[in-house]
Amino acid sequence: MDIFLQQIINGLTTGSVYAIVALGYTMVYGVIQLINFAHGEVVMIGAMVAFTVITALVGAGLPLPPIVLVFAGVLTAVPVCMAIGYLLERVAYRPLRHAPRLAPLITAIGMSIILQHLALLIWGRDPRAFPQIMEVTSFNLGGAAISSVQIVIILLSVVMMGVLTWFVYRTRFGIAIRASAEDVRVAALMGVDANRVIAATFIIGAAMGAVAGVMYGTYYGIAHYTMGFTLGLKAFSAAVLGGIGNLAGAMLGGILLGLVEALGAGYIGDLTDLCQWPVFGGLLAERCEADGHVILLGSNYQDVFAFLVLILVLVFRPSGLLGERVAERA
Amino acid sequence: MLATALLEALNLEVHYGGIAAVKGISFAVEEGELVCLIGANGAGKTSTLKALARMIPAQGEIHYRNARLDRLPSHDLIRHGLALVPEGRGIFARLTVTENLAMGAYHRNDKAEIALDLQHIYEMLPRLKERAAQVAGTLSGGEQQMLAIGRALMGRPQLLLLDEPSMGLAPLMVEKVFEVIRTVAAQGVTIFLVEQNARLALQTCSRGYVMESGLITLADSAANLLADPRVRTAYLGE
Repeated sequence: MDIFLQQIINGLTTGSVYAIVALGYTMVYGVIQLINFAHGEVVMIGAMVAFTVITALVGAGLPLPPIVLVFAGVLTAVPVCMAIGYLLERVAYRPLRHAPRLAPLITAIGMSIILQHLALLIWGRDPRAFPQIMEVTSFNLGGAAISSVQIVIILLSVVMMGVLTWFVYRTRFGIAIRASAEDVRVAALMGVDANRVIAATFIIGAAMGAVAGVMYGTYYGIAHYTMGFTLGLKAFSAAVLGGIGNLAGAMLGGILLGLVEALGAGYIGDLTDLCQWPVFGGLLAERCEADGHVILLGSNYQDVFAFLVLILVLVFRPSGLLGERVAERA
Repeated sequence: MLATALLEALNLEVHYGGIAAVKGISFAVEEGELVCLIGANGAGKTSTLKALARMIPAQGEIHYRNARLDRLPSHDLIRHGLALVPEGRGIFARLTVTENLAMGAYHRNDKAEIALDLQHIYEMLPRLKERAAQVAGTLSGGEQQMLAIGRALMGRPQLLLLDEPSMGLAPLMVEKVFEVIRTVAAQGVTIFLVEQNARLALQTCSRGYVMESGLITLADSAANLLADPRVRTAYLGE
C-alpha cells in the first residue's frame, strides 16, 4: 500500500470536513469579527442528533435502505443546528453587538461550554457508535484504498462549497452579505438589515456544520459530546491558516490542514524512529535489535500538527494565506 | 415649519460621550432644491448628515414627507427615498463596480427598471462602464466618488445627501463630480450637500447654511452668502 497516496486520500477527507466547519467560523467573523467558539459544539450536536435519529429508525425495524436512514438523520440535524445557530446569535451575541470585543468572545466560550454540557445531559458521557447499517466498500486507487464513505464526504463537501460560493457571489442576498462584511453601516443605507445578514451567516454556517458533524461522525464511526471541541479548534485553525473572514481561504485552509495532519500522522512514526539515528543506535542497540523500532512519537500525535500550523501561521503570516488584512480591533 | 419642506430637522443634537458635536440645529430642504451646508472641519456637518441617515444616535425631530426619520432604523430610509453618499465614499472595495451598483438597488424588486437605471448610470458615468467588472478598490479616488454617487442613484432616491464629495480629489475631478451633481439635480432629485469647499458649493446650490461649532450661524440664498463679508473672510479666503 502506498502510504503517501493513502494519507493524501485520508487528508482530503478530513480536510473537506475541516473546510466546511471553517466556513462557519469565517462567515461569521467576516461580518461581525467574532470568533464563534460555540460553532464546534453546533457541529457536535449535528452529529448527535443524526446518530439518534438513525439509531431510532434502525431500532424501529423499518425496512429502509441505509441511504434513506442517513438522509433522515441529516435532514433532522440540519434544521436543529440552524435553530441553535440562530438562537446563539439572537440570545447570546446580539445583545453584545456594541460591547467591547472581549465580551462576546468570552460569551462564545461560555456558550460552547453550555452546549457541551447540554449534550452531556441529553446523550450521556459514553460515545455513541454509528449503527452498522451499511457495508463500506473500498476501491483501489493507484495502490491506496478509498472507501465509499470517503468518496461521499469529499463529493458532498465540494458540492456544499460550490453552492455556498454561488450563493455568496451570484445572489442578491449573497452580495449583501459581502457588502455588509465590508461595512455594515453603509450596507444599511442601501436597505440591508444588518440583523438579517448576521443571523443568516449563523444559520448557513450551522447548517453546513450539521452536515460536517454527520460526515465526521460517520467517518470515524463514533460521536461524543466532546468531539466538537477539538474539531472546532482545528477548523478554526484552518480558517486562520486560509485567512479568517475569507471564504476561499477557509476552504483552502481546511484542505491543507487535513493534508498536513494526515501526512504528519503517516510519517511521524518513521521520522521519530530512534533506531535509524546512529546517535541513539548505540544507546538503544538492545531494544532496536529486539523490536526493530523505537518510535518516539506515534500517529496519535496527529492533533499536534493542526495547532503547530496555527502557531506558525500566527507567527509568520497572521493574515493567513489569502487574508488581506489583519483585524486590528482588540 | 415650511409647508412644502421635503426634509425638516428640528433641534437636532448629536453628542459623542459628553461632547456636543451638533447643538440643536433646525433646517429644511424643499422639494427639488439643491441646498448646501458649509463650514470648517469639525463644525458638525458630517455628524448632521449621519444623524439624518440614522447612522448615529441623535436627539431632535427629523420630518421627511409624512414620516419621522428619527423613529426609523437606518435600513428603512432608502425605502422612503432617502440616500446618503457617505464621507470617504463608503464604496465596497472588494465588490465589483457592477456589484456595488447592484447594492444601490438592493431594496428594489423591479428588475427591468433596475437594468434600465444601470444603463443610464453607465451613460452618465462612462468610466464606470469601462471598469464594470473591476473590483471597486482598484478605482481612482474620483472614480470611486462617481461610483458612490451612481450607487446612491440606483436606489432612485428623492432626496440625496452628499457628504464632502470633493474630499481628496484633484481639482479637475472635483469639477467633474460637481457636474454630475448638477445633472442629478436637474433630473429632479432634491440634494442636500455638505461641503468644505464653500465657493464651489455655493456656486452650485441655490440656498445654503453655514455651520460653526455645532450651530447654524447663517442661512440665506447662495448668492447672498457668496456676497456676505463674513462668509468671504471665513470660508472664501478673502
